[in-house]
Amino acid sequence: MIKYILALRDWIDARFPLIEEWNKHAGQYYAPKNFNFWYYFGVLSMVVLVIQIVTGIWLTMNYKPSADLAFASVEYIMRDVEWGWWIRYMHSTGASAFFIVVYLHMYRAMLYGSYKRPRELIWLIGMLIYFTLMGEAFFGYLLPWGQMSYWGAQVIISLFGALPIIGDDLSLWIRGDFVVSDVTLNRFFALHVIALPLVLCGLVVAHILALHEVGSNNPDGVEIKEHKDENGIPLDGIPFHPYYTVKDTVGVVIFLILFAAVVFFWPEMNGYFIEHANFVPADPLKTPEHIAPVWYFTPFYAILRAVPSQLGGVIAMGLATVLFCFLPWLDRSKVKSIRYRGMNYKLALTAFTISFIGLGWLGMQAPTPLFTWMARGFSFVYFMFFLLMPLYTSIDNDKPVPDRVRF
Amino acid sequence: MRIYILITALLLTPGWLLAAEGEMPYEFSPDLSDQSALQRGARTFVNYCLTCHSASYMRYNRMGQDIGIPDSVLLENFMFGTDKVGDTMQIAMTPSSAEQYFGISTPDLSVIARARGPEWLYNYLMTFYLDSSRPFGVNNLVFKDVAMPHVLWELQGWQKAVYVEEAGEDGLPVRSIDHLELMEEPAGKPAAYQNESYEQTVSDLVNFMVYLGEPIKLKRGSFGVWVILYLMFLLVIVYFLKKEYWKDIHE
Amino acid sequence: MSTNSVDNNRRRFLTTTASVVGGAGAVATSIPFISTLSPSAKTKAIGAPVEVEIGELQAGELKIAQWQGKPVWILRRSESALNTIRELDSEVADPASEREQQPEYAKNEFRSVKPEYLIVLGLCTHLGCSPTYVSRENGGSHNLDSSWKGGFFCPCHGSRFDLAGRVYKGVPAPTNLVVPPHMYLSETKVLIGDDSGVLS
Repeated sequence: MIKYILALRDWIDARFPLIEEWNKHAGQYYAPKNFNFWYYFGVLSMVVLVIQIVTGIWLTMNYKPSADLAFASVEYIMRDVEWGWWIRYMHSTGASAFFIVVYLHMYRAMLYGSYKRPRELIWLIGMLIYFTLMGEAFFGYLLPWGQMSYWGAQVIISLFGALPIIGDDLSLWIRGDFVVSDVTLNRFFALHVIALPLVLCGLVVAHILALHEVGSNNPDGVEIKEHKDENGIPLDGIPFHPYYTVKDTVGVVIFLILFAAVVFFWPEMNGYFIEHANFVPADPLKTPEHIAPVWYFTPFYAILRAVPSQLGGVIAMGLATVLFCFLPWLDRSKVKSIRYRGMNYKLALTAFTISFIGLGWLGMQAPTPLFTWMARGFSFVYFMFFLLMPLYTSIDNDKPVPDRVRF
Repeated sequence: MRIYILITALLLTPGWLLAAEGEMPYEFSPDLSDQSALQRGARTFVNYCLTCHSASYMRYNRMGQDIGIPDSVLLENFMFGTDKVGDTMQIAMTPSSAEQYFGISTPDLSVIARARGPEWLYNYLMTFYLDSSRPFGVNNLVFKDVAMPHVLWELQGWQKAVYVEEAGEDGLPVRSIDHLELMEEPAGKPAAYQNESYEQTVSDLVNFMVYLGEPIKLKRGSFGVWVILYLMFLLVIVYFLKKEYWKDIHE
Repeated sequence: MSTNSVDNNRRRFLTTTASVVGGAGAVATSIPFISTLSPSAKTKAIGAPVEVEIGELQAGELKIAQWQGKPVWILRRSESALNTIRELDSEVADPASEREQQPEYAKNEFRSVKPEYLIVLGLCTHLGCSPTYVSRENGGSHNLDSSWKGGFFCPCHGSRFDLAGRVYKGVPAPTNLVVPPHMYLSETKVLIGDDSGVLS
């Protein structure tokens, strides 16, 4: 039996670089041996991507992208289709889980300077993945055709209307109608189920190829390729397979336990993962009393509301997402990891973290004068983290970085 | 870790949505474990609600299977508009005639418990009070100027509002409702009056509507227990597997 | 990284256990995904038994009802039509309805509960096209020769069935037309899709 399997492997390998690619990306891909907790979120993002694609395919088998039928078809999936509720809850939980793991994955890069040379391109591809993911989430959120779907889409598309000269025509073009309608729903469906997933998968492949070209960073921010043994293998590197495959499996199973807990016990997550108002069918004549985006967009939504001019708010919000792309060049420190950085960066990152979470919370609240001022304060800190970065990182009292990783 | 704790703390704060619109004098948390309560709730629902409101995503036989009502009983006591147990809960009233009667079309109640929340529904059904300025003579504490009449009045009797006057910001007295009071006069007590058990009736009804909003809620938790037990078991194995391989590295 | 202390047996055992337990989980996960594709509660409700009025049907007239989305033929047969069925025993493939294409109560000479009414699914047993009812007089219009005694003709691949839904010899269709479960609720009303109580 094993003889035949090996024969098949050799037959394929003579025609396709099977073993070569396996070695390049797993068997002889040397990763630093000191990965910690923060290094699980890359593989978890891939797990969630697979969950979203598989459950998404199954949902499209019963979902109807039409203003008349969409809401009812979701309830049809929830009730009449066998196990439909399970597939739908995995998809809705997966949407939030995607952003949780991606935010933590990005935060890891900020902790350990993973965006710095020579990994700038990995970071930029990652940012493209993040933007695509935001689009994917936005388009997908319209599909259940509830009140929040409808008015959320109405508000976000109207943001484009704030742009000078082309604004009105642009938002009309995006909707394909004078308001969000059946036409909009239909095209968002096409983008959500075909266009953006294809882009997403392509970018993920590029992200990993770029990573494996330069090699992984690590919590010490030390380049392991600088110290190799006589065979050219990094002294602090270990083969990805089997060491990180077995380690990641542990992380994946823990993640699945948490994921299953949400899917089976708290699928609405108290209104954070599935909003209550989305159980009312879309009504173009009546806006719900409070409009808030899903939690993963609320930091940017809070920035939008904090700026007292419409165009200014839109620009600030766009800038708040785009600024991440410039991190590799804004950061002037020679040290990658937070372990050896000076006080300046540590304080700045702490202030940024508090601002980001604070803005996220404020974005869910109805705006009051106090909250608006708080949002302005946090927004200021948020932008200063980026804009002052060249300054405070170049005069930081960084500590000496060890030669080899600590383990 | 810091970010983790903050996110957890955020998720545990109650959603702001439920706090909207009017204050709620009653506390209520749903309990779907009592099957006979769900059956009583179903009976109230089909008798009182299903005249003007549909529940068009719910099938009679699904309800019967979930809460233990055989098809023959369904046909006899629960189904008035149709004789096919596989049908959904539709009503004869058209949206346009509903608009004639009430000024608005009556919403479908399939997922209303998920939109409004069980506590809101409980308070809504408990706090109708007499208000002669309204078309049907009643108003509601949590849904101001509601278009719906007090359909369950013969079970509860009539309530009237007791007002208090307080000095407002500009010194003028402001009149507001302090609480509701059940009227004692005979007019307030209809034949079917049963106020002692009215709270029970409403509680059963709201529990049923929570079930109605998400029928799988009765079962998904027990699936979840098995899935998580399995994953815990798998975790133990892969943990030892990881430990075994990483012995190489730790030496 | 020394390998002298590696316990290969333990390693192999743990790898196998993890693969088997993980694989079992993967298989269990696929079950809901597969069952999602089976008929939903709505489909089943639409496929529920249907009642058909047959009171006003004339002899030789065909009524087409729908059950589970499939055409159900109800043909009222005259005395002479029943006689042609007797004459065709030698020309059809399964004259006594030996094959399980009908409930027990329709396994008889005319393949029906009441000889007067034929109730069959209007789907050819070859590849599922719906045959056409062709009376004796109309045989010529479907290129059927003068010996045609009335019956059903499938336009897809030319299969022929007699007035009891029995398949002729030498045509692509392998078996007689299917008689669905049914029962008479009254003289003029028949329930298609349910025969509970009839069998016992």
